[in-house]
Amino acid sequence: MMDMSQWTDSFERTLLQIDRVQAKDLFADFHRQHDGFQALEVLTAATLERIGGKWEEGTVSLSQVYMSGVICEELIEDYLPRLSISRKNDPRLAIAVLLDHHALGKRIVTSIVRAGGYDLLDFGQGVEVDELVRLTLEHRVEILLISTLMLPSALRVREVREKLTAAGSRVKIVVGGAPFRLDGTLWESVGADADGKNASDILGTLEAMTAGGR
Amino acid sequence: MNSMERTLAAITHTEGDRVPLFLLLSLYGAKELQIPIREYFSNPGNVARAQRRMQAKYRNDVLYTFSYAPVEIEAWGGEVVFVDDGPPNSGEPFLRSIEDIEKLEVPEIADCPGLLRVLETTSILKAEVGSETPIVGVAISPFSLPVMQMGFEKYLELMIFHPTEFDRLMRINEEFCVAWANAQLEAGATAICYFDPLASPLMVERERYLATGHLVAKRTIARIKGPTATHLASGIGLPIVDDLIATGTAIIGFSADEDLDRMKAACRNRICLLGNLNALEMRGWSPSRAASEVKNLIAKAGAGGGLLLADNHGEIPFQVPEDVLLAVSDAVREFGGYPLALR
Repeated sequence: MMDMSQWTDSFERTLLQIDRVQAKDLFADFHRQHDGFQALEVLTAATLERIGGKWEEGTVSLSQVYMSGVICEELIEDYLPRLSISRKNDPRLAIAVLLDHHALGKRIVTSIVRAGGYDLLDFGQGVEVDELVRLTLEHRVEILLISTLMLPSALRVREVREKLTAAGSRVKIVVGGAPFRLDGTLWESVGADADGKNASDILGTLEAMTAGGR
Repeated sequence: MNSMERTLAAITHTEGDRVPLFLLLSLYGAKELQIPIREYFSNPGNVARAQRRMQAKYRNDVLYTFSYAPVEIEAWGGEVVFVDDGPPNSGEPFLRSIEDIEKLEVPEIADCPGLLRVLETTSILKAEVGSETPIVGVAISPFSLPVMQMGFEKYLELMIFHPTEFDRLMRINEEFCVAWANAQLEAGATAICYFDPLASPLMVERERYLATGHLVAKRTIARIKGPTATHLASGIGLPIVDDLIATGTAIIGFSADEDLDRMKAACRNRICLLGNLNALEMRGWSPSRAASEVKNLIAKAGAGGGLLLADNHGEIPFQVPEDVLLAVSDAVREFGGYPLALR
């Protein structure tokens, strides 16, 4: 009988090899031995977190992080209806790429958030500041995830923050993307509530924010 | 020594009179001329004039003809999005599906006004400086260009699950890259910066890179008729230094995240370092912080030549204050004279 750490090791290996078939088999084996959806979430979150940490260390690649997220999202997607589980829609989450048109970061974070069992609205990429503010208010978003690729776009998160605050929104903003990874203090200077050095941080961040954390 | 002699000394792993300063100033020229970025790049005369002015102001050892990465995407019919305070970015990818690769053809350099403007800038600069100052052009690697051609997600799916179509796209991109790089060399560029961010293990794991982008780089660089600098655009490179050397490249643009001691040890007398000041953090540096960063970089990586002091990303951001660049320049002169006093 494998313990949790051995399951995580095996699942991580399979994901890093981008082996969808083996990942599906392993997930099914795990589910047979661990009742309930929560165990699947724990395995997925722990494995993705570990992979994200290794990306930060430079020992796995972004392509592996991306494909791991996609595979986990597919697996969770498969088990949700089987177990009659609905996605968590509290808090109300949304994600967007501000101004830039490159959506890989958004796609990775979306996969990880969905693999964590959350629902989230996708506002798309190349979204202008005013449009993002409008959508956030219209959908009464409580946590807004903003991805950027270019520095000028990252700097305009400040404008999003100011306009939302002026409109009375108490939305929390979590930022991610290359400019924030390369300049560790940038997230604070643009008025975000948190940043993600790697996409897998998001589940821990959401948990902390939901629990009334930062 | 003039800038060319100083640079050649560094690249051949000998100590010239001092560490060369390679401030990679592209859109920063618009700031220098105080005109909008779009207008700046629309006229080769603007770019050449700004390059010369910035060369004098910052006592820079390089002239950089790079305009913006998606200028190559224009050649394929793709969209470029200009902003007021940053590099032009590529718009929606023009390859909408993997099937579109089948219909793709190599664009002609002569048919793309954006590329012709870069060539004209290169010719103007070459006529002005001759062989006294290196002129560096840029070509995006065939392996990294698809991020702009089709978007990162689709490209990763292509690379991982569709080897036949991936190979076709690489062959097409290789033809374009070689033609574009050689056109710049013919116009007067001294060397080509081969931008290959996807080669970094941060982006694609080494095993996959060796089976894909590495083979592409070997084929492509062998056909470029001048020296190349492989730039990883802030991505780490230490785990693939030997692989990069095997592509025939002479220089590696390296990340601010690298361990300087280990990087220098791996590259000493084998491949010249280009880097690695944190371009994004430079926005908030004071002149004294800039001097201290330069001092540290030279102390750890300057001995024996083999260092071109630059930023880590291949482009100084528009938001970096001029006094920081001036402080970098002063510090290179204060701490970078050979023999180094800092060893």
